[in-house]
Amino acid sequence: MNRVVVTGLGCITPIGNSVPDFRTSLFAGTTGIAPFPPYPEAPTRDAHDKTQGLRFTHSAAVKNFDPLQHLDSGIVTATDRTTHFAIVAARQAAAESQLTTHYAPERIAIIVGCACGGRQAEETETIKLYGRDARVHPLTVIRTMASAGASNISIDQKITGPTLNISTACSSGTHAIGLAFQMIRSGMVDAAIAGGHEAPLTFGFLRAWDSMRVVSPTQCRPFSADRDGMTLGEGAAMLTLETLASAQARNATVYAEIVGFGFSADASHITQPLSDGAASAMRQAIADANALPEEVGYISAHGTGTQANDTTEAAAIHQVFGSRASQIPVSSTKSLHGHSIGASGALEALATVLALHENLLPTNAGVNEIDPAINLDIILGVPRKATPKLALSNSLAFGGLNAVLALRPF
Amino acid sequence: MNEIAKRCIDIIAKSKSLSPESVTLASTFDELNIDSLDKINISFEVEEAFNVEIPDDALGTIKTVGDMVEGVAKLHAAQPHSAITTP
Repeated sequence: MNRVVVTGLGCITPIGNSVPDFRTSLFAGTTGIAPFPPYPEAPTRDAHDKTQGLRFTHSAAVKNFDPLQHLDSGIVTATDRTTHFAIVAARQAAAESQLTTHYAPERIAIIVGCACGGRQAEETETIKLYGRDARVHPLTVIRTMASAGASNISIDQKITGPTLNISTACSSGTHAIGLAFQMIRSGMVDAAIAGGHEAPLTFGFLRAWDSMRVVSPTQCRPFSADRDGMTLGEGAAMLTLETLASAQARNATVYAEIVGFGFSADASHITQPLSDGAASAMRQAIADANALPEEVGYISAHGTGTQANDTTEAAAIHQVFGSRASQIPVSSTKSLHGHSIGASGALEALATVLALHENLLPTNAGVNEIDPAINLDIILGVPRKATPKLALSNSLAFGGLNAVLALRPF
Repeated sequence: MNEIAKRCIDIIAKSKSLSPESVTLASTFDELNIDSLDKINISFEVEEAFNVEIPDDALGTIKTVGDMVEGVAKLHAAQPHSAITTP
C-alpha cells in the first residue's frame, strides 16, 4: 500500500485568499467573521432585503475576490461563485505541486466536496422567475450543478482521471480528501486534487438556516459555555496528494502525511447528532492509520458552536480516548473561518496540515468560558507549540454522516 | 451600422472576450469559436436586449453575425412597440 502525502495547498477563504494569508490569520487567531452587509460579491438581493427577517448579523464571507482577476470572462459567466473558488484554489495547489507535470493526466483524480451547488445562480434566476416571470438564463443548469467545481477543475487542469463531487453536507470536503487518500493508497491513481468548495451566503440560504435557529446572533463560540450557534461561511481549500515514494523521488515539499480515514453514519436523527457515530469514525480513522489512540496529540474538531454538536462531539472524544480525552489539545478553526458547509472539512484539513507542518496548533477563538461539561483541553489564546504524532480532523454532518481524517507530521 | 447590429456585435464580443472591432457582420460563428453553448448564451442575451424570442428552427440556421442581426431585426420589426433595452 502506498503512503500518501500532501504536497500542494490552495485556498480561497474568509481569512485569506492564498495559503500564506490563510496561515497568517490562522496562527494570529484573526477571525474572518464579520457583520454583514456588506460583502459586495455575495448578495443576490440588495443590502436591505438581504438582512430582512434574520436573527443573526454575522457571516464569514470571502473578501476582495474578483473572479475576473483569475478566470476568463467566459468561464466566469458559465459558473457560480462556488466554482470560481474551486478553480482558483485548485490552481494554487496544482501550481505549487506541479502535479500535472509529473503525472499522466489519466492517473490523477479530482475528488471534491460541494454540498449546495451554485446557490447564487439558482437564487438569482429563481428571484427573476417567480418575482417577475422572467426567462431563466440558459446557463443556469451548468452554473448550479453541484459537480460543476469538479468538472471545471478537470477542464482547467486538463486532468482526465477519476473525477467526482461528493455531497455529504458538512462532511463533504473530508469525505473527498479521505476517498482521494484511499484511491492513491490502493494504487488506483498516482495523485489527486482533493478538497471542498462552497458559496452558500445567499438570502434564501441564510433565511433557511435562520429558520432552523442554529445560527449565532453574532459569532460562533465553539465549546464556550455561552455558545449560541454556528456562523455560516464560504470558500474553498484544495490539497494535492500523491505517493510518498514519488514525492520523494522528485524532491517535492511534503507538508504532512495522511494515514487514515474513517467514516460512519449515526443512523439516528437527521439533525440531532449521536456520539456513537462520531466515536466510530474516529476509531476507524485511528485503526486505518495502524495507530493507537494514545498517539493522537491534536484534534481539529468539527466544533460548530451549536449546543448539540459541541456536547456530542466532546462526548465522542471521551468515548474514544477515555481518561486521556481531557489531555488532548482540541480546537475548532470554525471560530476563525466560519462554517462553509461542504468546504469546511477541507479548510480544516488545510489548517491541520499547516499545524503539523509548523508544530503549532491553532487557537479556538471566541470562547468566553469553556463549557465545564465539555471537559476537554480547548486551545485558547495564542496557538500552542506542540509536536503531535497523530492528528485527527473531524467532520460531523447533518444527517449523521461523520468523516475523520488521521494525519501525521512529516 | 444600425443599432441592432451594434448591440449584437457588442453582446457577441463580450461573451467571447473579443474586441467589438474584431467582430463583423461577415464573421461566422465558427470563426469566432462560438460553440453550441455559446450560441445559446448569446441568443439569450440578444433576446433579452431586444425583447424578442428566436424560434428554435431559426436558431439552427444562424451561421454568421449577419444572420443573427438580420433575424433579430425582423423579429424586432414585428414588435413595433418593443424598445431596445439599454445595457
